[in-house]
Amino acid sequence: MKITTQNISKSFGPIKALDDVSFQVDHGELFGVIGPDGAGKTTAIRILCGLSKPTSGEIMVAGLDVYRNANEIKKNIGYMSQKFSLYENLTVWENIRFFAGIYGMRLKDIKLKGRHMLERLEIEHLRDKLIASLPTGWRQKLAFSIAIFHEPQIVFLDEPTSGVDPVTRKQFWEMIYETAHNGTTVFVTTHYMDEAEYCDRVTIMTDGKIIALDTPEQLKEHYNAKSMDEVFRKLARNIE
Amino acid sequence: MNRFTGFVKKEFLHIIRDVRSMLILFGIPVVQILLFGYVLSNEIRNANIAILDHSRDEITAQISQKLIASGYFRLKANLNSADQIEPLLKSGKVRQVIIFEPDFEKNLVRENKAHVQIIADASDPNTANMLVSYSRAIISDYFLESAETTSLPLQIDQEVRMLYNEELKGVFMFVPGTMALILMLLSAMMTSISIAREKELGTMEVLLVSPLRPVQIVLGKVTPYIGMAFINAVVIIALGVFVFGMPVLGSLTLLMAESLLFICMALSLGILISTKAKSQQVAMFISMFAFLLPTMLLSGFIFPVKNMPLLLQWISHVIPAKYYITIIKNIMLKGTGFLFVWKETLIIAAMMIAFIIASVRMFKVRLE
Repeated sequence: MKITTQNISKSFGPIKALDDVSFQVDHGELFGVIGPDGAGKTTAIRILCGLSKPTSGEIMVAGLDVYRNANEIKKNIGYMSQKFSLYENLTVWENIRFFAGIYGMRLKDIKLKGRHMLERLEIEHLRDKLIASLPTGWRQKLAFSIAIFHEPQIVFLDEPTSGVDPVTRKQFWEMIYETAHNGTTVFVTTHYMDEAEYCDRVTIMTDGKIIALDTPEQLKEHYNAKSMDEVFRKLARNIE
Repeated sequence: MNRFTGFVKKEFLHIIRDVRSMLILFGIPVVQILLFGYVLSNEIRNANIAILDHSRDEITAQISQKLIASGYFRLKANLNSADQIEPLLKSGKVRQVIIFEPDFEKNLVRENKAHVQIIADASDPNTANMLVSYSRAIISDYFLESAETTSLPLQIDQEVRMLYNEELKGVFMFVPGTMALILMLLSAMMTSISIAREKELGTMEVLLVSPLRPVQIVLGKVTPYIGMAFINAVVIIALGVFVFGMPVLGSLTLLMAESLLFICMALSLGILISTKAKSQQVAMFISMFAFLLPTMLLSGFIFPVKNMPLLLQWISHVIPAKYYITIIKNIMLKGTGFLFVWKETLIIAAMMIAFIIASVRMFKVRLE
């Protein structure tokens, strides 16, 4: 599934959170949006998921308008918010069942897939533990696994690695990488520049505008930088 | 449908696993009704009084006996002279003194008239008022009874009769009030908090991104609370009937139907609040101020609406609990049918529809 946005803008009163943003994400691509806090990343992801309406502009997902065909699209997308939103007073299994259930999955399929998923994450022993008792890293991996449990064609991840230790972050990116490799389009935001290296293509945002969009290699070459962090620093200097 | 039952099930699990929710749902109603019923009731029991009987004849003895036997009063002292009255009232040991004039019986027979003086400690005016009216009622009652059995030509200068609540039981007032208060709080507060909690946790966004429709989300959230609140209504009515001896003269079905309507109204108010409140604290705060205080103070639950300043009387018209209290009092105490409460029912239904329309609008605005 492709995502195409054309000239989207979003204003909250006098503040322009998104200013005339256009880009395209290809099928099966791992697409990263990088930028400091307040750059408009979350606003962008919320608009793409249909949680918020743009002030102007058009968004097409798989050739369908996000607002006019919301119900068609919703079945085919997955979403993970910044807070790894799982229900804390439900067990691991109850969370899996609930979220799979609201996507209309059948109980038989949920049981089978759920078992595989827990095996893959190596947390079968935590099946009946409350989410509240899990460490952050496990919650995050579980939240991601649940977001892609119904096999969406696109998954949106809003700062999935915030507040997670570096080792878990690395493992997590491997999970994302694998997902994209299997043909799911991944749209991910982050404020960690080093994470950009994992992406197929990266857009760098500040103040609601896209200031660069390319593969990490091209960006590094173009700005004559060794790392994405350096790319960003040079870009920031250019703006000032 | 499968999605919906999954949602309701999840919501039940939230409630059952959350100690705070369980306490609010099942602890508070029982405690509150017992508290209001026993402790906070403004009915008088065993008030200390003194009697100064200048006459000491048969009739005064009988009247004194009747006063004490009523259960409202307890005889603290039998006085011998008027000088004792003031120090006794001042010390606060008695709240009321009853004085029979000399030759009470003789005067009664000879002139058809005798004097009883009642002196009450009005530093607490409500209690004083109540004590005096109880005493007067009991004394009148005595003459009424004796007029039937003897041929004494007696003059009765007053008649007090407390209709629908002849024993002046405060609990008859508190059961409907508490019921309104609890159903209001439970329904509105619990739904607004539980929706706000999803927003706080970020799960609301996940739900909104999912194929669930907003209507399904809201209905799924609300359904368990309709059930819980309804169970509560039954518990409160049962407590009122079996513990406090409150009658249900009218139709129980109508009573339950009206309660269900009130619950739905409160739930839609809760949803309306949750469209505004971003956090559980805010939801709780709004619920407290928007529901708890006005419901307690302005619904006629504790203070009669007719005694309020005009401005507050106007405000009381928009307090839903006021109408609900009127309805259940009518059904329980007067045994009236739907014909007598249709106006109030209509008002509550109209409020519910208004809240639903407002919430739907707010919901749309939020997505702009």
